[in-house]
Amino acid sequence: MSKFAALSSAVAASETTAPLQVRSNGRWKGFVLPVFALVLWWASSELDLVNSALLVSPLKVLETAIEQFSSGKIWIALGASLGREAAGFAIGTFAGLILGGLLGFVPLFNRIVGPSFNTFKQISLFAWIPLLSVWFGLGEVAKVVFLSLAALLPVVVNTADGIKNTPPKLLEVAQVYGYTRWQTITGVILPAAIPSIFTGVYLALIYSWLATIGAEYLLAAGTGIGNTLVDGSEHFQMDLVIFGMVVIGLVGWLMNALARLVERRISLGYGRS
Amino acid sequence: MTQSSLAVIPVDTDEKDSVRKFGSLFLLRMGDRLLPWLLPAVLLVLWQTGVDQGWISPQVLPSPAFVLETLVDLVKSGDLWLNVSVSLQRVLLGFLAGSLLGVLLGCVLGLSRQIESYLLPTFNALVQIPVLAWMPFVLLLVGIGEPLKYILIAKAALVPATLNTLQGFHQVPPSFREVASVYGYTRRQEVFEVILPLAAPTIFTGLRLGFTKAWLSLVVVELVASSEGLGFLIVYGRQLFQLDLVMAAVIVVGAIGYLIDRFLDFIESRLMGKRHLPAFRRVQ
Repeated sequence: MSKFAALSSAVAASETTAPLQVRSNGRWKGFVLPVFALVLWWASSELDLVNSALLVSPLKVLETAIEQFSSGKIWIALGASLGREAAGFAIGTFAGLILGGLLGFVPLFNRIVGPSFNTFKQISLFAWIPLLSVWFGLGEVAKVVFLSLAALLPVVVNTADGIKNTPPKLLEVAQVYGYTRWQTITGVILPAAIPSIFTGVYLALIYSWLATIGAEYLLAAGTGIGNTLVDGSEHFQMDLVIFGMVVIGLVGWLMNALARLVERRISLGYGRS
Repeated sequence: MTQSSLAVIPVDTDEKDSVRKFGSLFLLRMGDRLLPWLLPAVLLVLWQTGVDQGWISPQVLPSPAFVLETLVDLVKSGDLWLNVSVSLQRVLLGFLAGSLLGVLLGCVLGLSRQIESYLLPTFNALVQIPVLAWMPFVLLLVGIGEPLKYILIAKAALVPATLNTLQGFHQVPPSFREVASVYGYTRRQEVFEVILPLAAPTIFTGLRLGFTKAWLSLVVVELVASSEGLGFLIVYGRQLFQLDLVMAAVIVVGAIGYLIDRFLDFIESRLMGKRHLPAFRRVQ
């Protein structure tokens, strides 16, 4: 457990800590490179510097974006993807909290199930898709099962670890004050474990978003933002591909921002970070 | 681990009494050893009997014995080694290229505030787009051949390497750099003798994380676009509806991922002298 925990908290650290911020007086400098790249891109496609059908102009991408928004296609795709994500995230997190809680609180359960779980999670997540597609088909069920799995793993690991790593001194204090077991759990262990549990939930949100795209990519049936990418790729529509990438990036960024906001609220509530 | 879980729920007194007797202590120890095997054993037996008794169709879930047989066949025929070596080559080269570039980029960003303020925002924005979303883009640009795999695996490894290196640079206390400048260290000496040794644990964490991501990306890329490799083996088995092959390949993927993770862990503890791992994390 400890290996993965250390690693996953490192993942969390690199993904939860705000991307190293540039000092505010230099903000404009950040835009130099993108603007320069955009101009270069636009110029090379306008002037036919590179002879390739794949080099679509930025204007074409913008056109595609407008077309996608005005026809409502993107909303359908995004709605399908986000609905799936929400379902998988909810199921996976819920199951993960229960399983992680059991692993953390019940030593016997931990002894019996822990090692099997640790072995199980070694399997690369996406390798499950072909198996799931046999068991659940190519439709919505297989996708949601896969997303739940993606959300489940980080929640279990971080919940169990948060509970187990309650500082022994706090537990001693609770014992000295004659806390009942229930009081110890709600008053000492859970508050101490909250940051770690939240890290798990946060990772679950990110993982399930990645998994959504992966599931749509690999179980290519139905609608979704991943399918938009596949369509663009199959029809050599670079504009659609680029548009899809930007949307995926934006959604991921929004989720990050949202989760960080919630995290700040929660850690404020407990007076620790 | 056991230490802290015992702390959570106190040992019952009657259990302590029984522990006093040597015989039961031995039994307890044995039981403790065997407990982790209970669940897999029960599942395997259920699975095997389920298939044997015809509760589960072998098409949906081939029996463990059959999967093992397929695995042995794969090893004997050399197919396994062929595909494993292809996958390993991809992941190792991609990882090496990506992490090397990542550490370099991290150093450059870490050394110059100017470059950082120009480059980092763009980098951060590009990082928001996951490897999976880059795939169709790169696919259109370079086609479905080997470069696609190397680029995506390298990208997966590059991001954590860059960010952790940069973080490692930022973590160096300013006083250390002041001392270096007082002693008239050159830039190069400062980097190699002051900053990098201090940043090493953070950078190594980035490399490990990068490897995990590279391995994950390898599987995805091979699932989508390849004609050899472990991911291909999985897709191939799926297409032929040979789930035994799929499961055998999945097991190999898991096992290799695990072994490499253990190996990196070993190197890390050697390299870092275990000083940055809290003691309670190292039980077991």
